[in-house]
Amino acid sequence: MLEHYFPILVLLGAALAIGGGAMGFSYLVGPKRPYHEKLDQYECGFAPLGRIRMRFDVRFYLIAIIFIVFDIEAAFLFPWAVAFESIGLIGFIEMMLFLSVLLVGYAYVWKKGALEWE
Amino acid sequence: MAEILNMVHELGEGLFGPLLWSLVWVVIKVVLLLAPVLFMVTYITLAERKVIGAMQVRPGPNRVGFFGVLQPLADAVKLIFKETILPEKADKSLFLLAPLLTLVPALLSWAVVPFSPELILADVNVGILYILAISSLGAYGIIISGWASNSRYAFLGSMRSVAQMVSYEVSMGFTLIPVILITGSLSLVDVVEQQKDWWNIIPLAPMFFIYFISVVAETNRSPFDLPEAEPELVAGFFTEYSAMSSGLFFMGEYANIVLVSFLGALVFLGGWLPPLSILDFIPGIIWLGLKAGFLMFVFLWIRATFPRYRYDQLMRLGWKVFLPVSLFWIFLTGLVLQLTRGIGGE
Repeated sequence: MLEHYFPILVLLGAALAIGGGAMGFSYLVGPKRPYHEKLDQYECGFAPLGRIRMRFDVRFYLIAIIFIVFDIEAAFLFPWAVAFESIGLIGFIEMMLFLSVLLVGYAYVWKKGALEWE
Repeated sequence: MAEILNMVHELGEGLFGPLLWSLVWVVIKVVLLLAPVLFMVTYITLAERKVIGAMQVRPGPNRVGFFGVLQPLADAVKLIFKETILPEKADKSLFLLAPLLTLVPALLSWAVVPFSPELILADVNVGILYILAISSLGAYGIIISGWASNSRYAFLGSMRSVAQMVSYEVSMGFTLIPVILITGSLSLVDVVEQQKDWWNIIPLAPMFFIYFISVVAETNRSPFDLPEAEPELVAGFFTEYSAMSSGLFFMGEYANIVLVSFLGALVFLGGWLPPLSILDFIPGIIWLGLKAGFLMFVFLWIRATFPRYRYDQLMRLGWKVFLPVSLFWIFLTGLVLQLTRGIGGE
C-alpha cells in the first residue's frame, strides 16, 4: 500500500518545489517598483467602479448543484463498472434503476429550464 | 535493460544501504518522470506557435535559436525577470496559493500514467479514478485565483471557467465508464493490455469523440476558451497575475493538455500497442508518443480552425448533448456485455 503511494508523495513534494521555487525565484530576482495605480485592480485604466465582490448569476450556483448530483452518480458508477463481471444481471438492472431515477431528475431540471443560458 | 537496472540497484545499495537506496530510487524515478513532462510542457508552447503559424501561412517564432527552438527558454527567462505584482486589495496568501493549486495537480496526475507496462511511477490499482480526482482539484486553483484577485474580470472569468470545467468533467467521467466496464479494472496498465485485439476507439468511437471535446473544454482551450475571451474579460481568472505566478497558470494548462492527450491515447487508442502486430519491432513508448502527439496536434489544429463558442452553446453542448449520449452509451455497453456474457454461457 505505502510503497505504491509513497512515490506520489515524493512527486507532490517535487511539484510544490518546482511551482513554489519558480514563483519565489521570480519574486526575488524581479524588479519591485510598486505604486498605487499599479497595485490597483485592473479595470481597463479606469478607477474601479463599486464593489468587486458583487452578486453573480444564480445559474452558476445551479450548475454547481447539478454537478454535485451527477458527480456523485459518477462516483457510484466507477465501482459498479469495476465489479460488473461479478455482480451479474442483478447488478446491471439495479444500476439501470438508479440511473432511471436520476434521469427523471434530469428531465425535471431540463424542463424547469435550469440548463438554459440565453 | 533489466541487467542495467540490476547493476544500478546493486551499485545504489552498495553506496547508500538498502533502506536509503529505496528512497533515493523513488526520487530518481520522480526526476525521470518530471524531466520529460516539463520538457513537453515547455515545448508544446513552441509547437503551438509553430503549428498555428504554419496554418496561417507565417513562420512563427524563428529568431531565438535555430528555427526558434530556444523560444520557450527565452519566454521562461522573460517571465522570471518580470515584476511580481501583489494587488493591494487581493487576499495575498490565497492569491499566491492559487497558481500552485493549478500547477501541482496537473503534475501530480502524471504519477499513474504508464509509458509502458513497467514504466510507471506508482502503479496504483485505482489509476483512472486517481487522475479524475486529482485533475478536478485544478478547479480550486481557478476559483481561488478569481476570488482572491478581487478584480471584476478575474472574478467573472473564474466563475465561467469553473462552471465550464465542472460541466465537462461530468461527461468526461462518463465517457471513461464504458472503458472500465470492458476492462473491469481502473488500472491504466490493464486498460491498455485489454486493447490487444482491438483498440477501444472501435467499439466506443462516440465516447472517444465526446472525451476529446470534453477535455478541450475542460482545459479551457479554444474554441471553448470563454474564460479568457480577450475582447470581454481581458485574461479571465489570471488578469491580475504577473511574472512567474501567471506563468504557473500557463504551465498548468499545458501540463493538462499533455496529460489528457496521453490519457486519451492510453484509454482509447491502445496506448503502447502497435496498430498492426507486424510493427511490433518499434518500441511501445514510440507508439504512445506518436498517438499522444497526434492528439496534442489536434488540440492546436482546432484552435487554428474553429471560432469561439458562445457560453449558452457551450453549456447546451455539455449538459444537453454529451451527458445524455454518454449515459446512453454506458447503458448500451452494459447491455451488450450482459448479452454476450449470457450467450457465452457463464
